[in-house]
Amino acid sequence: MSKIKPSKGAPYARILGVGGYRPARVVPNEVILETIDSSDEWIRSRSGIQTRHWANDEETVSAMSLEAAGKALAAAGIDAAQVGAVVVSTVSHFEQTPAVATEIAAKLGTDRAAAFDISAGCAGFGYALTLAKGMVVEGSAEYVVVIGVERLSDLTDLEDRATAFLFGDGAGAVVVGPSEEPGIGPTVWGSEGDKAGVIKQTVSWNDYRVGAELSSLPLDEAGRVKFPAITQEGQTVFRWAVFEMAKVAQQALDAAGIGPDELDVFIPHQANERIIDSLFKTLKLPETVTVARDVRTTGNTSAASIPLAMDRLMETGEAKSGDTALVIGFGAGLAYAATVVTLP
Amino acid sequence: MAATQEEIVAGLAEIVNEIAGIPTEDVQLDKSFTDDLDVDSLSMVEVVVAAEERFDVKIPDEDVKTLKTVGDAADYILKHQS
Repeated sequence: MSKIKPSKGAPYARILGVGGYRPARVVPNEVILETIDSSDEWIRSRSGIQTRHWANDEETVSAMSLEAAGKALAAAGIDAAQVGAVVVSTVSHFEQTPAVATEIAAKLGTDRAAAFDISAGCAGFGYALTLAKGMVVEGSAEYVVVIGVERLSDLTDLEDRATAFLFGDGAGAVVVGPSEEPGIGPTVWGSEGDKAGVIKQTVSWNDYRVGAELSSLPLDEAGRVKFPAITQEGQTVFRWAVFEMAKVAQQALDAAGIGPDELDVFIPHQANERIIDSLFKTLKLPETVTVARDVRTTGNTSAASIPLAMDRLMETGEAKSGDTALVIGFGAGLAYAATVVTLP
Repeated sequence: MAATQEEIVAGLAEIVNEIAGIPTEDVQLDKSFTDDLDVDSLSMVEVVVAAEERFDVKIPDEDVKTLKTVGDAADYILKHQS
């Protein structure tokens, strides 16, 4: 048997820089109320959301990703040519082939970096971060650009009063690279596919293409099959996101050996402020911990929400470089991922 | 030992007070969680989870929708507590 030379990576990995991109158009609740029978007060009390950003035609998945990744690279002080891999997590890039990560890798100016997309819904950032850490430590890439990006406005049913107000667009990115100290803790992750129907796409692309003869499909006023949208069972998701995810978040803290008093920042997926509040309460975190509430002005941006919230906290000074942060993503799948990181 | 209806209502009153800030004396059998007590669908989930722990009972999501009044919840817990 021939001996295979092992790869050589860094002792540890950490996040070196973060960047975000929010589309220029700010959409207040008043705009949402044009298509649903609700009120600003109801939307705010159920979700905490006041405004969200919706992308225009130029703010594509690729364009928003490039902006966010460019900022993250600049913040990290890393040249694109040093990047060995680009990982993009998204559920709203409507061109499945080729992976959008390849276009982003080329436009960023990487030297033929490995590039691929993953799909893990709102847990996507944690999944991609875990892959990036593995690559850096294992040695297949020295620096990895991780991007969470969504144009959920394209997958929103504006006539559904339970979800029309929820979703937003944007991109968040981090650069992961070598470190002498552990900067990304063990990931506690998993999936519960038996609950897959709790958060889902209303209509599959194939059923959408076949058309209205499938009488079970939702139709619009003209009798055409309604464009696919993301739908969810609110109460079931809330219960899972708060009470099951509190256990996962605690496991991530324990796995990293971080006690409540050592934690500076809590960055949960920005799904809904009520989930954030209840999760914080259930976890019994000290009041001194800074909690990300980017959902108020960004809405739920799925895979983009954690890096966007991280970027916002660092920009406002609410969190600072070197802070210890608990991040947890959870959503469609149902899939989840939690870990403790040192902020860049 | 299984709780009596009276104990269950008193327990629910404490839970509703803790979660929604409603005075315990307002939590009566005939009161609707949403219409009378201002407990919205998400707070209802928190009430249910707290009640599950307190009374050692499982209340699945599909059953939560049937619990309109405090009396509905008390009856459900009475029947299902172990």
